[in-house]
Amino acid sequence: MSVLTINNLSKNFGGIKAVNDISLSIEHGEIIGLIGPNGAGKTTFFNLLTGLYTPSSGEIIYNLKKKVTTKDLKPHKITHYGISRTFQNIRLFNGMTVMDNLLIGFHSGLNYGIASAIFRLPSYYKTEKETYEEATRLLEKFNLLDKKDELAKNLPYGEQRKLEIARALAAKPKLLLLDEPAAGMNPQETKELKELIEWIRKEFDLTIILIEHDMSLVMNLCERIFVFDYGNLVASGTPEEVQKNERVIKAYLGEEAL
Amino acid sequence: MKKDKIIKIGLIVAIYILVQALINVGIIDSYLELNIIIIGINIILAVGLNLITGFTGQFSLGHAAFMSIGAYTSAVFTAKLGLPFILAIFASGVIAALAGILIGIPTLRLKGDYLAIATLGFGEIIRILALNTDYIGGAIGFNDIPKYTNWTWVYIMTVITVVVISRFNRSYHGRACAGIKEDEIAAEFMGVNTTYYKVLAFAIGSFFAGVAGSLYTNYFYFIKPDSFGFMKSIDILVIVVFGGMGSIPGSILGAIALSVISTFLQNIPELRMVIYSLILYGIMVYRPMGLMGKSEFKFKLKFKPELKKKGGRLNVSVNNK
Repeated sequence: MSVLTINNLSKNFGGIKAVNDISLSIEHGEIIGLIGPNGAGKTTFFNLLTGLYTPSSGEIIYNLKKKVTTKDLKPHKITHYGISRTFQNIRLFNGMTVMDNLLIGFHSGLNYGIASAIFRLPSYYKTEKETYEEATRLLEKFNLLDKKDELAKNLPYGEQRKLEIARALAAKPKLLLLDEPAAGMNPQETKELKELIEWIRKEFDLTIILIEHDMSLVMNLCERIFVFDYGNLVASGTPEEVQKNERVIKAYLGEEAL
Repeated sequence: MKKDKIIKIGLIVAIYILVQALINVGIIDSYLELNIIIIGINIILAVGLNLITGFTGQFSLGHAAFMSIGAYTSAVFTAKLGLPFILAIFASGVIAALAGILIGIPTLRLKGDYLAIATLGFGEIIRILALNTDYIGGAIGFNDIPKYTNWTWVYIMTVITVVVISRFNRSYHGRACAGIKEDEIAAEFMGVNTTYYKVLAFAIGSFFAGVAGSLYTNYFYFIKPDSFGFMKSIDILVIVVFGGMGSIPGSILGAIALSVISTFLQNIPELRMVIYSLILYGIMVYRPMGLMGKSEFKFKLKFKPELKKKGGRLNVSVNNK
């Protein structure tokens, strides 16, 4: 069963075709890599998937918690549909503690009213207690529990990345979009990240799409890879297939390399 | 926690009884009482604005306009229609909140300076409207408003304001607002409907500004549109910044400190504004986060989660070097 189907998706900014006529389909439980040179349209593609941009044409169909099409996509609704994302330049709530960052991640799953919060009705205590416990468990899984009261901005870079992923998981997604999770990490940290992502898929039963420039990570981790160049999808397939693909080599190394 | 709660309620009641007793005995004379009432009203205004500016991060320069709406509503309800005060207070809050929603929906799309200018403009619109409406006295002002406000009313409303807003902040709704302040886009991708929460914070802040306006009107017999001008908005903002953006104890302390300072300085009118400005300058230089920074009332989590050891713990090695 495919969780995400994209038909002829395009996005133009004025005369620039940032994403051009892309069609693909992704199955449940896959780890997908999106690669391509800078400016190839990968992040634009993510922003289309999460409703930050409206497509110029084409359609996006999700089959996660329920069926969702392009017109329903709004950033603040995607977590309700079962989609979570992280950002290329980490977007944590810097002035808040690690715990509070994570608690906001649970936002879409909570539902007591404002009156319940003001009058401190039983539903308030019950929900807050459950959320706090769940957040504690999640932090423990990510080895961040001893830092729960630290401000997010004071964490080392690698842990900020981890916290952002944990926060995305708090919304209980079915599909996780990671935008350059290994950016700025050293080889050791990247290796740990690979294990982390594999563990996440198993533990949370997710489909994962990630944008990444670190080829060792992409080639070892992803089951299928889509290659973007100038907004076009130039190749797709397993890591072995993609590595041999002429158009991929051309996009990365130029014409003469062939 | 039960004990904490009893102590807290006991403290709130004790302060009330103490001040009321001092008023009855005559140690607190009418001049001192006037100052206490003003402090209470300023606390309500500052805590409300703190929700909008300090917690949600929406810079508003029109808070006095909501106070004005509340003040005139209350004046009409009590003086013209002869309705009971409690109804007037409530109606003032509701109408101010409705105005907040109405103005919030279009302007809260704006950010930072643009929002400040838009709210500033809104404040002027309300002032000009009041100036030109004869029914509520126009430029001459609104006279003969019954005096209902006393220590009891001000104290009750102040306590309600502080309790409601601090409880709101400690719910997931409040966390959503705090998220908007930190990073609006990230908050949106966490499932926070940012427009809704910005308007909500605006509405709650305006509600209490309306209540404050109502208390103000029914204490001073007389109001005029210029009482709620731009400078009043700035005064409230100064309290919030002085006390600490995002700190309710800070707003309370700020309102008390600034009221006391300006009362003392009334004896030396020539130097009053100079010293007042110097104090503000000093605070901003030496404590830019305000008196209390971001500190909150102590919040003890009642629930200590039991961590089940089995199954947890990630098998990935992470070296925190």
